[in-house]
Amino acid sequence: MSTPIVVEGLTKRFGSFEAVTDVTFTAPAGAITALLGPSGSGKSTVLRMIAGLEEPTAGRIVMGGEELTVKSVQERRVGFVFQHYALFRHMSVADNVAFGLRVRKEAKDVREARVRDLLELVHLAPFADRYPDQLSGGQRQRVALARALAPQPKVLLLDEPFGALDAKVRQDLRRWLDELHRELGVTSLLVTHDQEEALELANQVVVMHEGRVEQVGSPKEIYDDPVTAFVAGFVGSANVLHGEVVDGHVRLGSFRLPGAGHLEEGTAAAAFVRPHDVRVSSGDGDTTAVVERIASLGWLSRVTLRLPDGDVVVAHVPHDELHGATEGAEVGLDLRNAKAFGLADGVPPAQDADPVG
Amino acid sequence: MSTVAKRGGRSGHAGILAACLVYVGLLLVLPLIGIVWTALKPGFHIVTDTLSAPDVQHALLLTVQIAVITVAVTTFFGVIVAWVLVRQRFHGRSFLNALVDLPFALSPVTVGLACFVLFAPGGWLAPFFDARGIRINFALPSMVLVTIFICIPFTIREVVPVLEEIGVDEEDASRTLGASVWHTFRKVSLPNIRWAIAYGVALSTARSIGEIGAVLIVSGLIQGRTETATLYIFRATEERQTPQAYVVALLLAAISIVLLLAIEMFHHRQERAMSSG
Repeated sequence: MSTPIVVEGLTKRFGSFEAVTDVTFTAPAGAITALLGPSGSGKSTVLRMIAGLEEPTAGRIVMGGEELTVKSVQERRVGFVFQHYALFRHMSVADNVAFGLRVRKEAKDVREARVRDLLELVHLAPFADRYPDQLSGGQRQRVALARALAPQPKVLLLDEPFGALDAKVRQDLRRWLDELHRELGVTSLLVTHDQEEALELANQVVVMHEGRVEQVGSPKEIYDDPVTAFVAGFVGSANVLHGEVVDGHVRLGSFRLPGAGHLEEGTAAAAFVRPHDVRVSSGDGDTTAVVERIASLGWLSRVTLRLPDGDVVVAHVPHDELHGATEGAEVGLDLRNAKAFGLADGVPPAQDADPVG
Repeated sequence: MSTVAKRGGRSGHAGILAACLVYVGLLLVLPLIGIVWTALKPGFHIVTDTLSAPDVQHALLLTVQIAVITVAVTTFFGVIVAWVLVRQRFHGRSFLNALVDLPFALSPVTVGLACFVLFAPGGWLAPFFDARGIRINFALPSMVLVTIFICIPFTIREVVPVLEEIGVDEEDASRTLGASVWHTFRKVSLPNIRWAIAYGVALSTARSIGEIGAVLIVSGLIQGRTETATLYIFRATEERQTPQAYVVALLLAAISIVLLLAIEMFHHRQERAMSSG
């Protein structure tokens, strides 16, 4: 049932605007691959091209050794889940789920059994005779998923499936989708702008920006080892500190951060430091900063620090590691795991205004 | 809004409401009552007498024929044109969109005259049909043609906004589930626009039954042959058969009221259907 999807050099132009440029990646069989990026990064267009709802300008899509690009939407056997459910509003829940089976002329008893099983699977068996407008958003999206799964698609394509739901429902549905996927093991592609969703659900993440692939890797890889400044800034929260490359370090006013050995001496660079990689100490070490604000976020504190040259750094510190830091006090500072990128790569703006998202 | 403003607005609102009621009452309801009153004044027998007269029956039958053909044609092509206008992107789309409304702006008399000239001896299309012995002017074909022209916009204008609002998601979903374009149209799109189509049908029916200007020009006013219900009223009035004219007018008014109720219901149904999904 599970099949890998190979996308090679996929490009899409709408008139003079290039929405997707040379996108290449492989979605492994049976895994969830997330296409992660801000709105307008071309991720939905990639998904729609895989489904056949958009025609690529260039490139190919191969599914289980079969060239998909030449096939019509109807022949591709993909399950597609839309952000706004796209349920057939004049059909009952059961008829919605049965639609794909009717199209494929499945026998009535096979069809009815399958609809029953699927509604059981999405916990909506008692709602079979309801209409979409009598359901909540979360229930509608579960119907949409059952409908997409009914004709036993080779792959499941989900376009921001939780985008229209409240935070709480989104959480529940995410956990539920995770369980469902473990049970069914169908190759899935999930388009999302929500990094938490991508990191939690996906086995592999494809980070997209302005129509291009920035990085393909496991959630851990893209979080711990971002290969571009964009990925470092977009995935997880980070402090962005601008400086100059000196002796393989990024020099920021009074102190230096290691990890710029790959950058050319004397060029401008940006160092990305995660808030949980910032430690405060009571001592007055090499690097000091003034505590501007301490906010308690439950089990940890968000400490806003101002460096001597005016840059602001945000630290996430467990309460017992505050070492007596108070607002207005001067503390020692340790910035770990800094990732340095040359500024020529282009650093996403506004990341340093409030780095904690 | 503050309470003061509300209180100050009360009497103003009542005044505007009264003005509306008087306006609608005088201009719409009064003439209707007038028709009923005048038609039935000679006694109810005038109704049965008029409606059993052969020329009246023929006129009503002709009106029904024209309405049925017109509504069938404008609905069928109206849905296709609306579909193309909303779902397709092509050069000249906005031109086609504007062109569709032309019948709204054009006087029916002009439409009738244009049709008449096309098929009159020496007209562009006359040689083709004359050679085949098909009579267009002073006959049913021209009367249907002008009525169709006048009714073109109704279905299109009702269906276009609904198709726009519904969007393509459901159609896309249907296609990913393996349905052909035709199956998608029949099973997904058509049910979503059915009340808008019904609304268009009701409007076109009302309009085609009431049409007189264009039909007057092309029909040649041949009593018992090309005389529609409206043309009958027109002639009966001229010939001072006022009670008969009023009875037929009353019948047309009654049909319009039924259609109006249907239109209201269809409109309501479509709104309700759109709010879900």
